[in-house]
Amino acid sequence: MVDYSKHEQVVVIYPHPDDESFGTSGTIINFREAEVPVTYLCGTLGEMGRNMGSPFFANRETLPKIRKQELIDACQVLDMDLVMLGYRDKTLEFEAKDEVADHLKKHIEKLGATLVITFYPPYAVHPDHDAMGAAAFEAVRKMDADKRPEVWATAISNNRDEMLGKPDIVVDTEPVFDRKLEAIKSHRSQAEGMLSKMRESSDFIGEYDSALQRLQYEAFYKVDVDQVNS
Amino acid sequence: MKAIKMEEVQQHLDEFANEPVYIHLETTNGAYAKHFDSNAHNVGAYIRNAQIQYERGKIVESDGTYRVGLKTDGWVYAEGLTDYELNEDGQLLLAGHDQVGRLMVALQISRKPFQM
Repeated sequence: MVDYSKHEQVVVIYPHPDDESFGTSGTIINFREAEVPVTYLCGTLGEMGRNMGSPFFANRETLPKIRKQELIDACQVLDMDLVMLGYRDKTLEFEAKDEVADHLKKHIEKLGATLVITFYPPYAVHPDHDAMGAAAFEAVRKMDADKRPEVWATAISNNRDEMLGKPDIVVDTEPVFDRKLEAIKSHRSQAEGMLSKMRESSDFIGEYDSALQRLQYEAFYKVDVDQVNS
Repeated sequence: MKAIKMEEVQQHLDEFANEPVYIHLETTNGAYAKHFDSNAHNVGAYIRNAQIQYERGKIVESDGTYRVGLKTDGWVYAEGLTDYELNEDGQLLLAGHDQVGRLMVALQISRKPFQM
């Protein structure tokens, strides 16, 4: 069991609007219910998303505005503060890691984070996920050892168990899953594709139950940034 | 966006010819292609706000989708285009989408830089 109330400030660091809702929103809700403030540092606006809808609800030029509003809506559902970092989708790995790390460190220190949640590179599949996680690890590494927040990292690669073993923390989101689903659905441009695929799948048992089957558990590895290479 | 009408797109291509324009050109099979199919690998190419000038732009139909080529000092082309729009900023957006509305290729032309 996680003692949510022992933390003073959680900072979630992911690159895309929706990373927080699919992967970590149940955990975020638990922290908020324990009255721990949570801030999302969101790297990009997901400008390069591919789902334009059928019929279309977006094109390449209108998508960032739509996803920005979805992000704001999701953060409202999750009662979480939001900082948009202003990087560009699919380019994070080409930025100078050190500069991104300094940028993140400023926010982490200003907020007084006691816990940082990010992706675990290189086990996070999307290049932005890996780059954001690596910069977040580096940001914590740059801090004085006694001031560093705890780091929890999300791994989603198919080989994660084999490479990293079992996750250290597994959160069962069922008690708060209605709100998790609401947060996910705030990202309409992203969720619709997953939801329609789910509805068509042979094991479909209703939107809530099928989504619960797929997204009930949120898993994290506790990371000592001095012990990892990325 | 709406389904490409060849004559209308050709007219817009003519309107942007022989002056400096910015282009956005991309193609991708998505960041998760390999994650979902270990035999696949992720491919993509992307350029945004490259300035070019073309002397001739031409759209060609091919089995229900379209190719557009721009003749510069070199060449620019895109294949698999299905839909288009001239947006409120006067930018010509051309894109190819699959059956479920996922963008697979885009070629866009603008007199002003695309927003960053």
